[in-house]
Amino acid sequence: MSTGLTGRSDDSEDSLMAQHRARHAAPSGESQLRLVWVYPDLLSTYGDRGNLLVLQRRAQLRGIDVEAIEVNADQAVPASGDIYLMGGGEDLPQILAARRLAADGGLQAAAARGAVVFAVCAGYQVIGTQFGGVEGEPVAGLGILDISSGRGSARGVGEIVADVDPELGVDRLTGFENHQGVTAIGAGARPLARVALGVGNGDGTEGAYAGRVLGTYLHGPVLVRNPGLADLLLRWATGPLAPISDADEDWARRLRAERLQAVSSAP
Amino acid sequence: MSKLPLRARLATGIGGAAGRVSRLTGRGDGSVIGGVLGLRVEPDLLRLLAADRQVILVTGTNGKTTTTRLITAGLGALGQQVASNAFGANMAAGLASALGRAPQATYAVLETDERYLPVVIEATSPRVVTLLNLSRDQMDRAAEIWLIARRWRDALADAPDTLVIANADDPLIVCAASSAKRVTWVAAGQRWHEDSWCCPECGSHLRRAGADWRCPECSFGRPRTPWALDGEAVIDPHGQRRELDLALPGRANRSNAVVALAVADVFGVTADQALPLLRQVTSVAGRYTVVPRGGCMVRLLLAKNPAGWLEAFDVLTPGDGPVLLAVNAQIPDGKDTSWLWDVDYRVLRNRPVYVSGERRLDLAVRLEADEVEFELTAGLDDVVDRIQTGDLDVIANYTAFQQIRTLVGRTE
Repeated sequence: MSTGLTGRSDDSEDSLMAQHRARHAAPSGESQLRLVWVYPDLLSTYGDRGNLLVLQRRAQLRGIDVEAIEVNADQAVPASGDIYLMGGGEDLPQILAARRLAADGGLQAAAARGAVVFAVCAGYQVIGTQFGGVEGEPVAGLGILDISSGRGSARGVGEIVADVDPELGVDRLTGFENHQGVTAIGAGARPLARVALGVGNGDGTEGAYAGRVLGTYLHGPVLVRNPGLADLLLRWATGPLAPISDADEDWARRLRAERLQAVSSAP
Repeated sequence: MSKLPLRARLATGIGGAAGRVSRLTGRGDGSVIGGVLGLRVEPDLLRLLAADRQVILVTGTNGKTTTTRLITAGLGALGQQVASNAFGANMAAGLASALGRAPQATYAVLETDERYLPVVIEATSPRVVTLLNLSRDQMDRAAEIWLIARRWRDALADAPDTLVIANADDPLIVCAASSAKRVTWVAAGQRWHEDSWCCPECGSHLRRAGADWRCPECSFGRPRTPWALDGEAVIDPHGQRRELDLALPGRANRSNAVVALAVADVFGVTADQALPLLRQVTSVAGRYTVVPRGGCMVRLLLAKNPAGWLEAFDVLTPGDGPVLLAVNAQIPDGKDTSWLWDVDYRVLRNRPVYVSGERRLDLAVRLEADEVEFELTAGLDDVVDRIQTGDLDVIANYTAFQQIRTLVGRTE
């Protein structure tokens, strides 16, 4: 699938577009951003398609051609993607997904090469070194991100708000969480954010990142309510981004404002 | 009723009175509050009330209320009183309330919440358990569906006298029913595949060919189906084909009807006897009702989860008429709206689309991503003001649906 929309034609964007094309020149001379959604058949519980659609839309609004690839659990993960997405899932599918990905090796190779990896909830736990199984027993993860998860005593369910590491230049996160995992961040990764409302990793932090690998407990889906986070991933993959018109940002901004307002006025 | 101990009689009496108050004050249909009060007085009420009856339990993510209604209609051929929680109050309290209201009924058709099925099986020793489908629904408060399937499987293993009637087209349902001593499989169809791409036993991607499916890595696969929905018709175990010709619209209801015919058959009601009775069902708990509002004829469709939305799109008035989508996120709806992103709205691109409800901004962003044009509205009357005349289909999730029903006046 390749569905480029015509971008706006101010000069700054043209020059950004030119940079983008230079970096991503395919043999055909066509610029293309390859989004790879890993195991939508096993890990897609919380509207995870939304994260894919938002990345696709925000790239296309900037005139970037997008190819979206969905890789099922019986297929090899391709090595040549720009951004890899992983979603949430129940305990049993999560364990099965981890086992299959470990055997496949494609995602680990892509991360090692510097591709962007963005993982949510169960996917976030899977890219760590280990996570808690159905009875809380440790299950081996992929070790792409230096985090280790286990099973907490209570489920964290509800709206979550978190303030992002200032290094990343992304506005406050708003989303929904639903998990029983607790996650400890190792020396090789940093917390993505500090929790203002909700549970997150369980120690006051939320999510983690290292290099271009980023994981979070937020769904919602998270990139819908947090276009700044979507743009961070796009920037990691393509370099500086052109702005998007206010008209195209309006609904997402209104939703974001409403959600932040709703939790700030909650009892 | 005289068979019941004094405390149980007292409990059903108190429950019944509260239910009447609830109905009279317009707060609800009275079926839950009556049972809640009753159960506080007599915790074992459900077991006592179910004793010596032929109990049929109906569960699954979608179609419970309609299938319960259709089975009840079909059993009408027996000419005996049938107890039923016809209004969808499907936890222990609602079940007890339904039984308490019909002390003489030999038969009881009980819609049962997915999570409570094991408890209710244990309490009621059902003659038949009907398993429709399992898909993602209110994940913030419901159990995980792979887990539910396993709990059902454990409960059915402990109920050897129960006949299970189950949808063979849903792999999670087949997994759940696999422990039962006796199963009658029904090819009832499954349009929603997002929760069953993979084998519930080993996780491999299922191979599908037409209606058939099987796991390439283990022995799990689709069983043979004596009963089948085939387009607009039902095929019975003798291979005989009958047009369903229901008043209720849509593929999902044809599927529910085939399941209902298979259940009726267990009690000696033939498809020829049951079908005319099923065809008389026109509306279920306000669903599919058409009500005049302003200059418009408004059709109400309830859709509580992604699979339900897919089926609701299937029963929209054909053509390019207007649609109002209404979404709330109160506790009964699930407070998490992420499921909106599991629904494909592109089928609405050629229609005027209006959005309302407490989470209409979530809908707005969702529709924008699917390039569906829409207008934000204040609700049903605002839309009626804008379009003035003609048909209007409304798809709403649970509390949004109830709000609209209250606005237009309950019709049943």
